[in-house]
Amino acid sequence: MKKKLFLFIGIVICANLSAQDKPVAFKGALVYPITSQPIPNGTVIVQNGKIIAVGDASLKIPSDAVITDAKGKVIMPGIVDTHSHLGGPEGGDYSAALNPDARAFDAINPTSDGFKKALAGGLTTLNIMPGSGHLMSGQTVYVKMRAAKVMEDLIMINEKGLFGGMKMANGTNPMRGTGGFPATRAKSAAMDRDLFTKAKEYKSKIDKAAKDSSKLPERDLRLEPLVEVLEGKRVVHFHTHKENDILTAIRLIKEFGFRAVLHHVSEGWKVSNEIAKSGVPCSIIVIESPGGKLEAMDYSSTNGAALSNAGVLTGFHTDDGVTDSRLLIRAAAMGVRAGMDKEKALAALTINGAKMLDLSSRIGSLEKGKDADFIILSGDPFSLYTKVEQTWVEGKKRYDITNPADKAFLVGGFKVYSSLREEYMNHDDEIGN
Amino acid sequence: MKNLYKIIIGLLMMPFIAHSQTAIKAEIIYTVSGAPIKNGVILIKDGKIEKVGTAKEITIPKNYTVVASNVVTPGFIDARSVVGLSGALNIPTDQDQLEKSSPIQPELRAIDAYNPEEKLVAYVRDFGVTTMHTGHGIGALVSGQTMVVKTKPGKIDEVTLVPMEMLAMTIGASVEGNFTSPGTKAKQIAMIRTEFLKAQAYLQKQNDKDTAKRPAIDLKYEALGKLLKGEVKALITVNSSNDIMNAIRLAKEFNFKLVIDGAAEAYRLIDEIKACKAEVILHSTMSRNAGDMVNMTRESAAILTAANIQVSIETGYEGYVPKTHVLLFEAALAVTYGLPYEEGLKSITLNPAKLLGIDKRVGSIEKGKDADLVLFDGDPFEYLTKISKVMIDGQWVSKN
Repeated sequence: MKKKLFLFIGIVICANLSAQDKPVAFKGALVYPITSQPIPNGTVIVQNGKIIAVGDASLKIPSDAVITDAKGKVIMPGIVDTHSHLGGPEGGDYSAALNPDARAFDAINPTSDGFKKALAGGLTTLNIMPGSGHLMSGQTVYVKMRAAKVMEDLIMINEKGLFGGMKMANGTNPMRGTGGFPATRAKSAAMDRDLFTKAKEYKSKIDKAAKDSSKLPERDLRLEPLVEVLEGKRVVHFHTHKENDILTAIRLIKEFGFRAVLHHVSEGWKVSNEIAKSGVPCSIIVIESPGGKLEAMDYSSTNGAALSNAGVLTGFHTDDGVTDSRLLIRAAAMGVRAGMDKEKALAALTINGAKMLDLSSRIGSLEKGKDADFIILSGDPFSLYTKVEQTWVEGKKRYDITNPADKAFLVGGFKVYSSLREEYMNHDDEIGN
Repeated sequence: MKNLYKIIIGLLMMPFIAHSQTAIKAEIIYTVSGAPIKNGVILIKDGKIEKVGTAKEITIPKNYTVVASNVVTPGFIDARSVVGLSGALNIPTDQDQLEKSSPIQPELRAIDAYNPEEKLVAYVRDFGVTTMHTGHGIGALVSGQTMVVKTKPGKIDEVTLVPMEMLAMTIGASVEGNFTSPGTKAKQIAMIRTEFLKAQAYLQKQNDKDTAKRPAIDLKYEALGKLLKGEVKALITVNSSNDIMNAIRLAKEFNFKLVIDGAAEAYRLIDEIKACKAEVILHSTMSRNAGDMVNMTRESAAILTAANIQVSIETGYEGYVPKTHVLLFEAALAVTYGLPYEEGLKSITLNPAKLLGIDKRVGSIEKGKDADLVLFDGDPFEYLTKISKVMIDGQWVSKN
């Protein structure tokens, strides 16, 4: 397993070596570093895919730097989407309700045009999830919006040495009642607990074997990723909506001691203090209206305000195609409209998501040494009239609104997105659940 | 004595019974029918707009309740929705927008299904929608009738503006998923043509001099007959170029009034649409570019408007989450993709009012029109602007 991982890391490093050599400096913008105070008339300098300096107008720019005047613009970190289905990860496999062995990694099309949509929205890092309608639909994958030919070009190895989490769901979403799927909430939790109990036993066999490989249990692709979950390395991304289901998710998280992020959390505002007490972060969605299914009837756009004010680490996600990657910044604006603090909303688009994916040492803020993932906006991030003008990933300009070929992916048009026909996850599967 | 009591009680009750007389002072009034009025005043009496003009021109009578606002617009008109038939719960018992027993059922009336108590009616009202063209949905060749309602609280007869507005039709992939037949595009058109020809024959027989030869009343052909006689329009949801042309061909063959709904690829057929004088209702700007709408562009409203095709923006139909879009936000997004600002306002006020034939009553802030108004604390389209109040027929209706 470790060998495979090193191979991945090797490939990713190779892919990154080609970034620019000369420093590139952006002058005169309002810079939101996120982890520190906004800098009016700020400067951001990047080189070799990394941020080498962030400061005010007095920051010394290297003499060989390519300087871009960004006066009147806003520069902030690339947006982190903690829950996306771009690239065609496919729905969960209906052969079983729990598929810990299934990897979105093996399904995604790394050259998907969907990623152009993400870039047009200023998104630079995505957590692509298999979906939907399963207790455990499989392993998610953390990707960076680099130019890619193969999946290895896209993945992000995080601080725990992994490039994805584990998608789980409760409530009506997995309750199909046939084909080995649960029909009730209690059965759902029981099936989760049963699998985690097996994973615990498996883990204790591995622990007992210590370094004696002859004593190791046989490899089990279903249990191996759950061992990583039990070790706190692989984060569980837990789809949950209703108050009772949120609390059930937290109960499971506590019982088995794993690390998790709650996703969607439609009724989070009802139990924001309980969530805060649990220390479990929330990745929330902003939808245009409540309903569409029973569990989203009490959805409220005040979720962002309620959760962040309670002290919950809060992020936003698109769940693309449920909402559009080009509108994730707007989602945060809608959170602000409903009372969320602006500063918290900016963090929720960037550093908070990075923390949820164990990637905050590399992305999510504009700080020296971090990946040069940033966006240039035409103005206030929370204004309707503001456009993402440029999206940079690891020091490379991946999207430029002045380039008609790029802009087409923002606007749409004839045959711009034809390739998406096959890739779109079919959310109709969930109707009535 | 008794009568005197009655009179006194009556006098005391009067302010509560009568329509409130209100004056709204605003920094900007977007009348939509004319230029915006800075520092304007709107007087409202008995549910109607009594006067509108600048603060200099209008003296506010003493007995009027004065409300100050930053910006005022006309109440919004959703050109096409299914809210009230398609409920937020999205369970079979609250989904009345599509009857799947047969693909052609023009006799299905929206007034028999509309639920004024539906949660989403109040929801869209709080976002400024005061009038809604709602009714049967997409997904059947002829799914049924549509109606026009005010979103104010009340019984169905109190809120209905037009009980039968149009016949809702769909040509496209979604129809094939809902019925065993039609299973192909050609069959969709063949089935529509067959029924329309029968309706033509039905109308002809109705005029037979020999009353004995006149047909028995058939609700289906009565409804289709209204379309063929030009009494109502066909609202045909079509998105691909092929399907838009199919709708245009049908309109020519049967000489009915056509409203192209959805219209994702209308930008490719501007000459054809203008030539047949079809009207256009455009899908929500935030629609997903998938399925029949894969070629949509967010610049459609701008492109069509520039080509002198009057555009009304709709919230349309959503099958899952979210169950409805917010009309204001859809127009706002269109404005950021090239639609001129005031055209953006028109696309959700006066344009749909004209399309629905209700512009004598609603759609702009003009003397004599219904007092349907939305008050904002800033630029109506801006993300962080809030709607402070909504008025329908002179009454405040929003929860704010």
